[in-house]
Amino acid sequence: MQLVCPAGNLPALRVAIDAGADAVYAGFRDQTNARAFPGLNFDADELRQGIAYAHARGKQVYLALNTYPDSARLEYWEGAVDHAAELGVDAIIAAEMGVLDYACRRHPRMARHLSVQGSATTAAALKYAYERFGIARAVLPRVLSVQQVERLCQSSPVPLEVFAFGSLCIMVEGRCQLSSYVTGMSPNRHGVCSPARFVQWDEHPDASRTVRLNGVLIDRFAEHEAAGYPTVCKGRFEVGGEIFHALEEPTSLNTLELLPRLARAGVVALKIEGRQRGAAYVKAVAGTWRRAIDRYQADPARWVLDDEWQQALSAHAEGQQTTLGPYHRAWH
Amino acid sequence: MKLSLGPLQYFWPRQQTLDFYRDVAAWPLDIVYLGETVCSKRRELRLQDWLMLADELAEAGKQVVLSTLALIEAESELGALRRQVQQGRYLIEANDLSAVQLCRENGVAFVAGPSLNIYNHRALAMLMQDGLMRWTAGVEQGRQLIGELRDAMRAQGEPMPELEVIGWGRLPLSFSARCFTARALDLPKDQCGFRCIEHPDGLPLATREGRSFLRINGIQIQGEEITDLGPELPELRALGVDVLRIYPQAQDGRAIVEHFDLARRCVEPPPRRGARNGYWHGGPGMGVEAP
Repeated sequence: MQLVCPAGNLPALRVAIDAGADAVYAGFRDQTNARAFPGLNFDADELRQGIAYAHARGKQVYLALNTYPDSARLEYWEGAVDHAAELGVDAIIAAEMGVLDYACRRHPRMARHLSVQGSATTAAALKYAYERFGIARAVLPRVLSVQQVERLCQSSPVPLEVFAFGSLCIMVEGRCQLSSYVTGMSPNRHGVCSPARFVQWDEHPDASRTVRLNGVLIDRFAEHEAAGYPTVCKGRFEVGGEIFHALEEPTSLNTLELLPRLARAGVVALKIEGRQRGAAYVKAVAGTWRRAIDRYQADPARWVLDDEWQQALSAHAEGQQTTLGPYHRAWH
Repeated sequence: MKLSLGPLQYFWPRQQTLDFYRDVAAWPLDIVYLGETVCSKRRELRLQDWLMLADELAEAGKQVVLSTLALIEAESELGALRRQVQQGRYLIEANDLSAVQLCRENGVAFVAGPSLNIYNHRALAMLMQDGLMRWTAGVEQGRQLIGELRDAMRAQGEPMPELEVIGWGRLPLSFSARCFTARALDLPKDQCGFRCIEHPDGLPLATREGRSFLRINGIQIQGEEITDLGPELPELRALGVDVLRIYPQAQDGRAIVEHFDLARRCVEPPPRRGARNGYWHGGPGMGVEAP
């Protein structure tokens, strides 16, 4: 089972490889990937260096080209596919049909992974992507229970990668327009969710803080209350007279305790979310998962969850909380 | 321009749903979408009930399309989808690639629903090879994106399929594995008690300063505003929109359909009755101008 780690920049890529990633995923510094954040991602020269670093150590680099170009911009995404092939990435991670089709026809030997943004949750949808674009792997959206993942491993025409740790999208990836409803900018089209330039923090005389996204109040925090990034899905709202996290709390996915089940199910790769996080996060999280996977592979029957691993991961979780998320039925 | 009634996004009691569609038979609509698109646990009507309504509406001269779930998780849901696709009489609205694949395998023509991600001409042309005969633009797809897509199709010598646009209703913004109605009522999803049946227009969600913002509808989140492209009808005509979609709400359905029926036959567009759809104009969906 592979450990696939995020690389938001070249230092993070090196740290991830050194900490035990089997593969890292990265993006170009533009809207062709779903973490198009300022100061993040790679230009061609940096990616070339990153690929050399990984390949010299027998590791892989995947390139996320997982946004949805409109007709006017499709050529630009095709150029990015060509660029990825020239640089020699081990796979591209893509979601959009035009992009996948182009890569399949033009660079058939460069592996194509269906991105989580492709929203494929069934054997039928995976079969479509396999037959149409010859995908070699698919990343599952964070919606299925562990039982559903197990069954899908049996019926899928391609090997499956699942999210193991990191910030949790509550919505089906590729199917969420909450950000664009408020800001006009979406993960699908612009590679961003609730972009920072629409965020406005205000401090008030009573030491409380409010945070707005394009004018819409997402949350209000008392003095000393921990405050997270104001994506729409993690705000507090009023429903039926009560104010609460109506969609989701600020929390991170952590599936470490499911590692044996996911391994036995035949999941080929575990993905760590967080290209927007720094090298310290990548080092701690990748290292912890490496140790857990190695210990499992050395002796599957006697693997037990180590409290130290969980503590290390919780320290890097959003709001210092973790959840099994959709893998656990009760979360739904 | 044809008028369609989009699938009922909410969960209504069986008799209310049957009565509603029996009224619909007499409304000035060309196309009616039938079926559950949000939650597989909503079973006031089974496939045979929907097919019975389909037969009645077809008899009344409507083109009937069977709509399918936007999110399919369980194998049982995939089985139900297969039965919908294989019923053999009516077109399918595919709201997920699963439905596209089953239509493709069974040689069934389909309408692409708004939750299928079609952003460019290549994707549209490929889906036409798979059997797509009508494209309902997604909520993010505004006039510029659609216009550029149509021009690109033309430049490549590809025919455009029928083009449908959401003209009236709350926009379906997102889907989740989690049921937000059950969460709001502090119920586990597996024992939800089908409580969304108590909210025939969804459950309102407001900001902490009381601004109406979203609607909770089971696993779906909608925008609060009922968007209205009536005043934009001249633009829609110029863009070659073939079908204008109206989503059912608990009240005033007939009046809204008649409003658009009159509007489609007039040169002058009607005054705005609902909210401005910001997506159409290239901005935030909620209708305010971007800063």
